[in-house]
Amino acid sequence: MNRINQKLQEDKKLLSIYFTAGFPKLHDTVSIIENLEKNGVDMIEIGLPFSDPLADGPTIQASSTQALKNGMTSKLLFEQLANIRQSVSIPLIIMGYLNPMMQYGIEAFCAKCKEVGVDGLIIPDMPVDVYHEQYQKTFEKYGLINIFLITPQTSEERIRFIDSISNGFIYMVSSAGTTGAKNSFSDSQATYFERIGAMNLKNPQIVGFGISNKDTFTQATQKAKGAIIGSAFIKHLSEHGATSVKEFVDGILK
Amino acid sequence: MGKIEAMKKTYHVNEKGYYGNFGGAYIPEMLYPNVEELRKHYLQIMYEDSFQKEFKQLLKDYVGRPSPLFHAERLSQKYHTKIYLKREDLNHTGAHKVNNTIGQILMAKRLGKTRIIAETGAGQHGVATATVCALMGMKCIVYMGEIDISRQAPNVARMKMLGAEVRAAKSGSKTLKDATNEAIRDWISNPLDTHYIIGSVVGPHPYPDMVARFQAVISEEIEWQLQEKEGRSYPDHVIACVGGGSNAAGAFYQYLDDERVNLIAVEAAGKGIHSGESAATSVLGEDGIIHGSRTLLMQTKDGQITEPYSISAGLDYPGVGPMHAHLYESKRAEFISITDDEAMTAGLELSQLEGIIPAIETSHALAVFEQRKFKPEEIVVLNLSGRGDKDLDTYIKYFNL
Repeated sequence: MNRINQKLQEDKKLLSIYFTAGFPKLHDTVSIIENLEKNGVDMIEIGLPFSDPLADGPTIQASSTQALKNGMTSKLLFEQLANIRQSVSIPLIIMGYLNPMMQYGIEAFCAKCKEVGVDGLIIPDMPVDVYHEQYQKTFEKYGLINIFLITPQTSEERIRFIDSISNGFIYMVSSAGTTGAKNSFSDSQATYFERIGAMNLKNPQIVGFGISNKDTFTQATQKAKGAIIGSAFIKHLSEHGATSVKEFVDGILK
Repeated sequence: MGKIEAMKKTYHVNEKGYYGNFGGAYIPEMLYPNVEELRKHYLQIMYEDSFQKEFKQLLKDYVGRPSPLFHAERLSQKYHTKIYLKREDLNHTGAHKVNNTIGQILMAKRLGKTRIIAETGAGQHGVATATVCALMGMKCIVYMGEIDISRQAPNVARMKMLGAEVRAAKSGSKTLKDATNEAIRDWISNPLDTHYIIGSVVGPHPYPDMVARFQAVISEEIEWQLQEKEGRSYPDHVIACVGGGSNAAGAFYQYLDDERVNLIAVEAAGKGIHSGESAATSVLGEDGIIHGSRTLLMQTKDGQITEPYSISAGLDYPGVGPMHAHLYESKRAEFISITDDEAMTAGLELSQLEGIIPAIETSHALAVFEQRKFKPEEIVVLNLSGRGDKDLDTYIKYFNL
């Protein structure tokens, strides 16, 4: 069974952390992953940097620009991850945009993910129908779980379709907007969380965008299975460096 | 009959939003409702009688259409062929851009939107958008790269005078592609009240098709104007410059499936195609995704989008509209690259042969006459997409005038 599915069966609210590969320093990737696991994080999204990240706010954009300047590439990321499964057992997901994956070759990219032990992919600009018609078989051939996003504006019919072609979890975007930390959620977001919770989808939901601290993590996971923190962690890394992972994770979990 | 019709080769968009392998809507889920709303309604709205009536009236009374089709005799003499210039430079705001912004502002109104966003590079599309927003009393926010803001001060001033807010795009390379990213991010954050007026035949479906249809007025007029002047509605060649490709899409539109007409798309070679400073996307680009569209784009081997270069700010887009990518791959259109120097020379030549100072974008199209021979009996229509007022500084510096 895929590590993501195993993790989703655990009887707890899951904390997932996003970081940009190659940031703050080019070769911080492995130590950040190891320290996240050691300090109790349940799942990791490794951001593959892209020059034009449409869905991201200023914090992740800046970290991507820096990572690319540092020299990060798809090929280098796979090299860095080559031995990751000797030290890390939690689910690893690559989150990135479609163009760099297309240039690598979708099938080659999937094969490499399987080889190094990546469990799933989040590709915000890959259309649901393109995945369904062109890529689903390839993803499945390499045992990769593809994770789709839904937003407060996604229609119920479309959520049901996304649920039907998903086999891991659904990435629930908390509000209209790009990635970025917020300090609290509004009433309309609480209503949205409840509405989705009441749909009884077959895939659990993990909330992302706008989660930054213990409070927002607790609020987001009242109905959902877990939550993803990205920008707040990136901000922390840029202020305190890659050795400060424990401090950040403790702030959420303790 | 229906079957034959279905099998007929077409260079128009198909029902899924593709031109051959190019096009589609590669957008984050956050944008899906906005784009889907537009996709569902754009054709129906565009072809409503009341829409067409208002659109045509504004093109006539506000933009000043039809734009003349001018027989350039001295230019024709020099190049031993029959050249007509389609005078989009005479439009209000000085270029073809306004055809699209008029269409899209009417579309936005009918979709019930109250806030308009746009991206701009050199500022021409920003000015055309700010203009129609002033006309319709709509709030207008234009995203522009921080670097472009500093090098295009007169257009920034124009937009402000027209009541638009100009927001600096400070991410990435701080130019057109980043301004487009910022506009898209704004739309993600404001999904309900905002319409995004894209300035070219780029972006997710249905934008490339919608913008092409609004610009199609150019070739619709060429048809009847040529009929009047030449007794036939089609030329042998249509020449247009291509950055994103909207003026070319408009000039080609009625002739896309008419194989009697040779289509010539002119890209900016900058300092030379292989100089590392170029914007010749068809030659240098690879199949990929930019701004929600699958098309040819300039990028590194690792799939990072690179910054193009051209002396003309309107041609330095790292991608090209999916229609043009398909015209290139299918060889339906002839693609020619023109360097900065060739374009500048052609711009000066037109000024002195015909008394028309063209935009530097258009000068690229004009430089084709030095590159390629046409027969004396052939009819060549060149889309004179914009006027050169905005480029005077560049011309003056280049020629030490």
